Amino acid sequence: MALAQARIDLTETRIAAYDLPEGATWANEARHTALTRLRAMGLPTARDEYWKYTNPAELTAPAAPEAALFDMSKDRAVFADIDRLKIVFVDGVFDPNQSDDLHLEGLEIARLSEVMKTDIHWAMELYGHLETHGQDPVARPLAALNTGFATDGVVIRATGQVSKPVSLIYLHSSETSDAVLHHVIRVEEGAEMTLLEQGPAAARFNKVTEVDLAPTARFHHIRAQGRDHARRAVTHSFVRVAEEAQYKSFTLTCNGVLTRNEHVIDIVGDNAVAHVAGAALGDGKRAEFHHDDTVFVTHRGEACESRQVFKKVLRNGASGVFQGKILVTPSAQKTDGYQISQALLLDEDSTFLAKPELEIYADDVKCSHGSTTGAIDEEALFYLRSRGVDHASATDLLVLAFIAEAIDEIEDELLRADIAAQLELWLARRRD
Amino acid sequence: MLEIKNLHVELEEEGKQILKGVDLTVEAGKVHAIMGPNGSGKSTLSYVLSGRDGYSVTDGSATLLGEDILEMEPEERAAAGLFLAFQYPVEIPGVGNMTFLRTALNAQRKLRGEDEVSAADFLKLVREKAKTLKIDAEMLKRPVNVGFSGGEKKRNEILQMAMLEPKMCILDETDSGLDVDAMKLVSDGVNALRDAGRGFLVITHYQRLLDHIKPDVVHIMSDGRIIKTGGPELALEVEQNGYADLLAEAV
Ligand SMILES: Nc1ncnc2c1ncn2[C@@H]1O[C@H](COP(=O)(O)OP(=O)(O)O)[C@@H](O)[C@H]1O
Ligand SMILES: [Mg+2]
Repeated sequence: MALAQARIDLTETRIAAYDLPEGATWANEARHTALTRLRAMGLPTARDEYWKYTNPAELTAPAAPEAALFDMSKDRAVFADIDRLKIVFVDGVFDPNQSDDLHLEGLEIARLSEVMKTDIHWAMELYGHLETHGQDPVARPLAALNTGFATDGVVIRATGQVSKPVSLIYLHSSETSDAVLHHVIRVEEGAEMTLLEQGPAAARFNKVTEVDLAPTARFHHIRAQGRDHARRAVTHSFVRVAEEAQYKSFTLTCNGVLTRNEHVIDIVGDNAVAHVAGAALGDGKRAEFHHDDTVFVTHRGEACESRQVFKKVLRNGASGVFQGKILVTPSAQKTDGYQISQALLLDEDSTFLAKPELEIYADDVKCSHGSTTGAIDEEALFYLRSRGVDHASATDLLVLAFIAEAIDEIEDELLRADIAAQLELWLARRRD
Repeated sequence: MLEIKNLHVELEEEGKQILKGVDLTVEAGKVHAIMGPNGSGKSTLSYVLSGRDGYSVTDGSATLLGEDILEMEPEERAAAGLFLAFQYPVEIPGVGNMTFLRTALNAQRKLRGEDEVSAADFLKLVREKAKTLKIDAEMLKRPVNVGFSGGEKKRNEILQMAMLEPKMCILDETDSGLDVDAMKLVSDGVNALRDAGRGFLVITHYQRLLDHIKPDVVHIMSDGRIIKTGGPELALEVEQNGYADLLAEAV
């Protein structure tokens, strides 16, 4: 089907705004085929079904909308007390001075920009491939745009038990920065690693992570998307999960004018596990807040388990979106799929739109999904206040209780405690 | 301690009048009981005093140690020393009982300008008080009142009271849903708190709680008013003859 002229113009203008980095032959090819894919799809518009609840205009505009900087110097940084390998990007540009040496037992780690200059590298089998695979049945043009123009990222291969997490820190220092990062991760058989991500990254951030899990591999992902108000972000995670492998991801989002986090998970082997969770807290008072979690889990292997647990707390006109799908193919017998998306609206101005979907072609499966929107429990609030807890603190307690199910998805106790403590701090700060 | 004068209260939404001029004074060191048929306004009185939404005071006043409490937020009333043991304690999924107790204790101390209790001191205190009420560690860890039996909920109310050490305790039908053993535990818990500086208002439908918690004064409430006040013998009269005679007398 031919694209409408307006969409072609939108796409071409955006493509023309970027420089295409030059690299090794395979890298140049990967970028060019990505642009071919992108041109065939065209960038999304608000009229697209998949973008019905989130207007992509600010993500597709040729330049990043200006984003005021936010003073975080008084904030305790997330993961501050966690022993980790730090890799820092400022407005999408790698900062060697703030980063640790890229060496860690059980890991091969390199920058994407370096890898793309080498003639032969294992990552060439993955870069853009999982993204391409994830374009069907739903197009994700902003991810193809990323594969075409990504300036940097990390390329990680885990081969054993990794002693500490790899921590990507995205700092934001320019009001007009437009960062495009792309990470490629392969966890080999029996290996296990944790990836941490934190920070606003840029005025506008487009990030793709491709994760390939070999049989019995384990991958943990914990992300905190910072407290900057003005930033915009679109992120995609394309994940392939082989037999008996485990993928677990958790994202905490506080503030952000516009965030769209897509997770595309393909469970290809038997007895594998994939969990994706998120907690988003939005307050529309200082700046707009719109947060969209879009998840697509495909079950192909037998006896696999997937979970989607998403919680949103919205106030002062904040809006939240959840689009979650579980697709069970005919081969995926004994699938155990669970999906819950819930919103707590702290006032009547805030909105939550959810589109939960199940599509099942196997007969012996257990799948459940639910979505709820509710207000704070006034009875519980009064009970807490009658014991001396002030209104704001009582609300926070109930908010934390509401979010607990998502936070509990974080397996590691220290990291879970870190995220919970951060959340409490942020809630307390919001009252100052 | 607690002084209620000519208190008139309506339901905010329906405008229906529930309390029609309540006069009641509880002195420090005394236990007052309020008895009365269902629907006479006992719970409404306890809710209005503790600051629940949904009621409007159309006339009268209520003061605690001379301070007008009706103008205060619920948390301020708590900090001022008021405590209500709920007839129906609320379940709060996701909030641990311990977290709740510590938050409440420290919040009140903060409002009164006192230092927070350290985690260690708190733990010691709560273990000691919980033990006398036969509340085990597992119950303390669970979310507030979630999955508690009726008796466990009431014991949990008394535990909160013991931890917060309020000056004025209102107990709304704390005996309902309790078997004999639980009744004894709860009454012992309350009696342990009785002292010269503390007042109690014990709301009950039946006399049996008053066998354990001996009141100094008994009031009979009907249709939003105190229709009779007397000594402990009044409770016995209700036990033997029911409310019918008293109500007829009042008309
Ligand atoms: N929120 C409410 N909505 C409607 N009616 C109420 C409400 N609260 C109390 N009432 C009415 O007020 C009267 C007194 O109730 P309540 O104070 O609970 O009595 P008691 O505790 O003595 O049984 C009853 O007629 C009851 O139906
Ligand atoms: Mg009642």
